[in-house]
Amino acid sequence: MNLHRNEESWVLRLLRLDLPLLLGLLLLSGLGLTVLYSAGQQNMDLVVGQGMRLGLGFAIMLTLAQLPPRYFRFWSPWIYLLGIVLLLAVMVVGDVSKGAQRWLDLGVVRFQPSEIMKLAVPMMMGWFFAEKPLPPRWLHLLGGALITAIPFILIAEQPDLGTALVVGSAGAFALFLAGLSWLIMFILAGLLCAAIPLFWTFIMHDYQRQRVLTFLDPETDPLGTGYHIIQSKIAIGSGGIYGKGWLNGTQSHLDFLPEGSTDFIFAAFLEEFGLVGGCLLLTLYFFIVARALYMASRAPDTYTRLLAGSLTLIFFLYAFVNTGMVSGLLPVVGLPLPLFSYGGTSLVTIMAGFGILMSIYSHRRTLTR
Amino acid sequence: MFYKPYSQEPLAREKDNTAESELFFRRALVMVLAVLLGLLAVGSRLVYLQVLNHERFTTLADGNRIRVQPLPPTRGFIFDRNGVLLAENLASYHLEITREQLQDLDATLAELRERIELTDADIDRFRKMTRRTPDYIGVPLRFRLTDEEIARLAIDLYRFPGVEIKADLTRHYPLGSLGVHAIGYVGRIDEGEMLRIDPGQYSGSTHIGKVGAERSYEDLLRGRTGWQQVETNAEGRPLRILSRTPPTPGQHAYLSIDIRLQAVAEKVLEGYNGAIVALDPRNGEILALASQPTYDPNPFVNGIDFASYRTLNTSKDKPLLNRALRGMYPPGSTIKPLLALTGLEYGVVNRHSGIFCPGFYRLPGSSHRFRDWKRGGHGHVGMDRAIAQSCDVYFYDLALNLGIDRTHQFLDQFSMGRPTGVDLPGEKGGVLPSQAWKRKSYNQSWFAGDTLSAGIGQGYFLATPLQLAHSTAAIAKQGVRFQPRILHASEDPETRVQTLAEPRPLPSVQVRNPQFWETVTTGMIHVVEGGTANRISIGAKYRIAGKTGTAQVFTLGQSEKYDAKRLAKHLLDHALFVAFAPVEDPAIAIAIIAENGGGGSSTAAPMARKVMDAWLLNKYDIPEPPPAPDAVPHEPASE
Repeated sequence: MNLHRNEESWVLRLLRLDLPLLLGLLLLSGLGLTVLYSAGQQNMDLVVGQGMRLGLGFAIMLTLAQLPPRYFRFWSPWIYLLGIVLLLAVMVVGDVSKGAQRWLDLGVVRFQPSEIMKLAVPMMMGWFFAEKPLPPRWLHLLGGALITAIPFILIAEQPDLGTALVVGSAGAFALFLAGLSWLIMFILAGLLCAAIPLFWTFIMHDYQRQRVLTFLDPETDPLGTGYHIIQSKIAIGSGGIYGKGWLNGTQSHLDFLPEGSTDFIFAAFLEEFGLVGGCLLLTLYFFIVARALYMASRAPDTYTRLLAGSLTLIFFLYAFVNTGMVSGLLPVVGLPLPLFSYGGTSLVTIMAGFGILMSIYSHRRTLTR
Repeated sequence: MFYKPYSQEPLAREKDNTAESELFFRRALVMVLAVLLGLLAVGSRLVYLQVLNHERFTTLADGNRIRVQPLPPTRGFIFDRNGVLLAENLASYHLEITREQLQDLDATLAELRERIELTDADIDRFRKMTRRTPDYIGVPLRFRLTDEEIARLAIDLYRFPGVEIKADLTRHYPLGSLGVHAIGYVGRIDEGEMLRIDPGQYSGSTHIGKVGAERSYEDLLRGRTGWQQVETNAEGRPLRILSRTPPTPGQHAYLSIDIRLQAVAEKVLEGYNGAIVALDPRNGEILALASQPTYDPNPFVNGIDFASYRTLNTSKDKPLLNRALRGMYPPGSTIKPLLALTGLEYGVVNRHSGIFCPGFYRLPGSSHRFRDWKRGGHGHVGMDRAIAQSCDVYFYDLALNLGIDRTHQFLDQFSMGRPTGVDLPGEKGGVLPSQAWKRKSYNQSWFAGDTLSAGIGQGYFLATPLQLAHSTAAIAKQGVRFQPRILHASEDPETRVQTLAEPRPLPSVQVRNPQFWETVTTGMIHVVEGGTANRISIGAKYRIAGKTGTAQVFTLGQSEKYDAKRLAKHLLDHALFVAFAPVEDPAIAIAIIAENGGGGSSTAAPMARKVMDAWLLNKYDIPEPPPAPDAVPHEPASE
């Protein structure tokens, strides 16, 4: 456990980056681009575009790594408040796209304020618990729950269940890491289990039940999401142990796999690289998460620990929910595979999160106050 | 590292960074384990799919492909309350092109054009649809092929792989324009509708209810889409069906209208623009819903051509407008019974109190004369005669004493100024004015003159024919109200089991003394028996309570005299009549508006008698059409 980092190169120290984590992220992005080239029908424009987004993501990470964590701490409540205000603004004036109101048009750029919350909730939780004795007391737990619940409800109302799930989990992770007692967790879990059947029988309408059933078992709706899952499973299963080889996937290339370069890129990857590739990729994710959690546990104070810890777990949540969904283990929730799926919005947030993590780790000898 | 620093918690805990750091480390360790477990779960799922089920998925992926085909349901029929068919599905043929199997789309289109008629609009629409559909799904090019065209195509269709003649069902309305404003029609799903419908449920469907009952009962009539999984070869041709879930056909809908009564209503109104709404006061069922002019819905089903649509849409008579629900008219004197009731409720007047009517009314301190329709005045009038003779001055005075806000408050209970909630799309709410309303809408304060105009149903006051029929039904039932509705029953097409639609009660109108209803009803009976609509009681085998109304379309100058002969038709007054019958046990409530029909008593009241005769006495033989509006003798101003 006593890793002395004297051997660390002066360049990395100057850039305030952690070498193992950086290597993991670079490896993941490189692999992602390779798969995207194949999954995107060998369209070079797609790869170049994604490469530029990744470049931007790494630049953001590098920039944030330079800021001392006390800045993040100072700005935490303001960023959180701004996020809430923007979420309310979306409710009133937001653009509706695909039936959900998520986008805010600022003339120059259109963006989803819910994206801010993925960083703001961990920051605010860290800020809130920073000076409070841990494990938290009842009243403080309530405060933490409120900080999470407000953005969760606002985002779920849009409705954007995927993002709401991420934001809600971020708060839950922070509470867990803050030392929420096991007893309370068991009680809450028990209450939840007890409430579900009551809710199911007495409050929900038939059509709502139907929706939940389809959500849990998408294959009963083969015209909608079920089609994705059926095709995704065929792609994965036909890949076998060693895969069909790069550029040889039939499901993705013959256009059978929907969303093959975005949410379902994991299936395209597994078709071509097989179980071996899949295990390697999962190991890589495990390595990144474990390394990041180690870095978080070395943080000097409560604020930085909670922030770094929950940012890391959000990253894991993305990877887990996406791989679980694509392989038919979990219901379909539209979360991308981090650093792999084509698309920019969540990429920027994730890399910003890693930037904060790098900053916390490289400034670990200074307290945030 | 794992030992606990405190054996027992101190009363006031301080922050202890070392202990918290260790707590965090333990928790992080738990999370690492959780992460490992989660990834192992995914990993074992991959083993399950890629090792254990590899063979099966390889077979599915190789050579054959699975496609999911939607099986659209058959739309339910629409009948009237007696089972007369109003909307059905007829077999028709359309030409469909599957681009995947085509060499050269443009060449194929050109060749097809030599054989059948293809308009530029057809091709435009086809190209627009192709942008949204994958290559292997057929896109319709021409609908409703004639027998001759089918024969001509059939000869050498083999030369065009990917071009097919497909049979499908087309909605057809056998009675044409009769009842169209109630029934509505279906049409092709447009881009706006694409956004709001469930794409899974509508895959394979091309049509959706656009207006009328076809739209409001879309979910009932539609049914549920089924689907089949088919294996196809590499070109996308289906080889065999793997599994199949049949579609659930839509329910049949029985509308509450009686199509014979509907025919009578449309017939008596012929020649006028306007509307007739007949309700059953006992349950809110719409017995007839006529709006003139009408139009034939059949051309809309597969896309009406642009020229015809423009003609319909730009015609100044606005045939597409459903006047019964969406036409907002000044209710004129038909509002007087409701105002009388308001006056009784607030104690502003009673059954016996009366005023002297000199033929005009002046606000205190003003020289402006608000005229009565009768130039010489009615002399002394009480409530009964004020309703029967439609004395304007009585109601000017009543309205002024009530004040607009009390009137607003009471009439709101009749759903005036807001939609009744009928189960037909697009209903308007009319305007029930109040001080607050005027400030909000015009940013102006309310004047006493506005109150007087409202007292005779003019000025800002607007109501739909449906609202008038609804409030008349409420009077008939002494305040008991039902939401107007067009659905009488639904029927499962397979089991033939009918489910009657339940009446939907609305909050009743409450008055201090039930006698008030009798008082107002008596006034309305005297409208028909000796009052402004005296003629329609002649020879009637049942008793009618009614109220005439004449709504001004334009305002006369202070010294001008209304002269029907000198006015252009579109400036003539609207003729209104509301009534219910039989008085003893009301079975029908009716509201009639004939735009520019002149007088309510001369034009609208006789129409009501014919409709009520038909319904109550089963007299469906329609006598000669009503006299042309020019020939109608006109009574001066609002009667």
